[in-house]
Amino acid sequence: MNTSQAKMGSTRKAAGQGVLELARAGRDVVAIAADTAKSMYTTLLEAEFPERAIDVGIAEQNMVMMAAGLASTGKIAYATSYSVFTSMRCSEQLRTFAAYPALNVNVIAGIGGYSGGIEGVTHLATEDLGIMRCIAGMTVFAPADAISTLQAVKAAADIPGPVYIRVGRDDSPVIFDDSYTFVPGIPVVHRKGSDVTILTCGLALAYVLEAADILEQAGISAEIIEMHTIKPVLQPEVVMESVTRTGRLLTVEEHNIVGGLATVAAEIMEGTGPFLFRKIGLADTYGESGTPEELRKKYGVEPSAVADTAKRLCT
Amino acid sequence: MSKDEQRIRTAEHWARKIRLDIIDMCCRVGPERKAHPGGALSAADIVAALYFDKMRIDPDTPQWPDRDRFILSKGHTCPVLYAALANRGYFSKDLYGTLRRVDGNLQGHPDMRKTPGVDMTTGSLGHGLAAGAGIAMSAKIDRKDFRVFVLLGDGELQEGLVWESAMASPRLGLTNLTVIIDINRLQSGGSVEQILPLHPLREKWASFGWNTIEINGHHMEEILAALDLAVLEQERPTAILARTVKGKGVKFMEDDNSWHQRTLTEEEYCLAVKMLESGGSA
Repeated sequence: MNTSQAKMGSTRKAAGQGVLELARAGRDVVAIAADTAKSMYTTLLEAEFPERAIDVGIAEQNMVMMAAGLASTGKIAYATSYSVFTSMRCSEQLRTFAAYPALNVNVIAGIGGYSGGIEGVTHLATEDLGIMRCIAGMTVFAPADAISTLQAVKAAADIPGPVYIRVGRDDSPVIFDDSYTFVPGIPVVHRKGSDVTILTCGLALAYVLEAADILEQAGISAEIIEMHTIKPVLQPEVVMESVTRTGRLLTVEEHNIVGGLATVAAEIMEGTGPFLFRKIGLADTYGESGTPEELRKKYGVEPSAVADTAKRLCT
Repeated sequence: MSKDEQRIRTAEHWARKIRLDIIDMCCRVGPERKAHPGGALSAADIVAALYFDKMRIDPDTPQWPDRDRFILSKGHTCPVLYAALANRGYFSKDLYGTLRRVDGNLQGHPDMRKTPGVDMTTGSLGHGLAAGAGIAMSAKIDRKDFRVFVLLGDGELQEGLVWESAMASPRLGLTNLTVIIDINRLQSGGSVEQILPLHPLREKWASFGWNTIEINGHHMEEILAALDLAVLEQERPTAILARTVKGKGVKFMEDDNSWHQRTLTEEEYCLAVKMLESGGSA
C-alpha cells in the first residue's frame, strides 16, 4: 500500500463509534470524558444515550476513579482522554483501583506516539505503553487504524480487568477492510519475508508496510508483524519463529525504546539463539514540537528511514 | 424506650463492640506489623451507625446489586471496617488473626476481592470519594435507589483528587452520595492545623455545592439524625462534618497521635478493654 493514496480514517472517531455500537447492542457501557467529549467522540454515545456519557471536566484522576466505581457495579466503563495524561497522571488509579481489583475500566487514550507532535513533549505519549505494560492485569492495545481501533474498543468490553487502548489524533491511513477480525493477543503477519523481521505496532504500521515495498525493490524480503496487543502476547511463537528464520529483527515504534515494543520483543526472544537486533524509537529521550510527519522523519519511522535501517541490518 | 432511643442504644451497643474488636485486632496483629487504632476508634460511632442502622445491606448476599455501599477512604483505619463487617455477620471473627498476615483475608488496607463486604479497594488516600461518585452515578443511570456513603479523614482532604470529586459530584446530581469527614484533627505527621489547615471547612464544601451538616461524631443521636437528613436531601450530595477524637473510648489513646499506628501490649489491651466495658471516657 501507499499511504499517500490510502483511504484515511480517524482512530479517535472509530473508538467513539465502537462504544456507541456496544450501547446499541444493549451492552451496559458508560463513557467518561475529561473535557474530551468532543475530541474523543463520546459525543457519539451522548447523542443516542445521553445518560451514559459523562464529562467530569479537566480532572483525569476523577474520571478514572469514577470509571472504577461504575465498573464495580457491573458497568463497562470507558475513560477517554489523551495517552500522555491517562498513562501518567492516572497511573496509580489504573494500577490500584482498576487493575488490582480487576475492574472493567477501559481507557481510550488519544494522541498516542507522535500523533500529537505539534503540541510538544507535554502532549507526546512516548512512555505510555511501557508504563501500562508493567501493571499486572492490564491489557494494552495499540491498534493501527480506524477499523482495528473500532474492533479493539469493542473487544475490550469482554476482557476482564482494565484495557489501555492507544489511538491517534488526525486521520490516518486505513489498512484493514471490514472483513478483518481483531483478535486480542495474537500478532498479525502482514507480509511474509525471508531476510528481516520488522515488528511494529500502532500507527507506525502504515509506514512500515511502505518500507517493505521500498525494501522489496532493493531486493530485500521483509516479514512484517504487527503487535497490536503489547500485553498479553498470546502467541509469542509467531515472532520467535519468524526471527529464528530471518536471523534479523527490527522493531519500529512511536515510543521510548525502553519499556515498549523493543522490550517486549527482547523478552519474547530471550534465550532463542543468535540474531541481529535493531530498534527504531526514541533513544531514551524526549520528542519535540513538530508535525507528526516531521517527527516520524527525524526519529526514523518514515518509510525510507525504516527501509534504510533495515538495509543496514541486512548488509 | 421510644423508637428513636432504641435506635440510638442499638447503634451505641454495636459501636462499643466494634471498639473492643478494634483493640483486639490492633493487639493481636503483633509488634511486627502494627495496625492503625487511633483513626479506627475515632470512626467507630459513625461506622456503627451506618452498618447497624442506616445502610440497606444483606450480609448473606455481599454482592447484592441494590445494596447501599460504604467506602472507607481512610483505608488505613480498616480495623473499624473489619469489626463492623464481622459483627454484622459478613465473616467470622476468626479472620481477625489474619490481619496484615500473608495469605490473610484482612489485608493491611481494604481489599474488595479478599474481604466479603468490602465495596471498594482503598488505602491510597484521596480516592474513595471519586470511586463513590462513580457508584452513585451508576445508580442514577439505572434509576436505582441505593445510596453510597464515603468516610474520609480530615488530613486526607489535603489530597487534590478529593476536590476534583467535590466539584464534580453536585454538578452530576449525585444526591445519593454522602461523604462523612472524620475530623479527628490529627494526621500521620502531627496536627492537621499545623501541617496544612483546612478551615473554613464547612464553607468549602457548601461553596462546592454540597448540603453540609456539622455534628459531634461520637454523639449517636446526632450521627443518626445527620444520616437521616442526608437521605432526605433531594437537591445536593451531603457532606457530614463530624468532629471526633482520635483514639476515642480508650482514655490513654485519646488525642495521643503515637496511637496513629501502634500495637497494644497485652497490658494495654486489658486496660483498654476495662475502659471500654465500663463506658470508657464516653
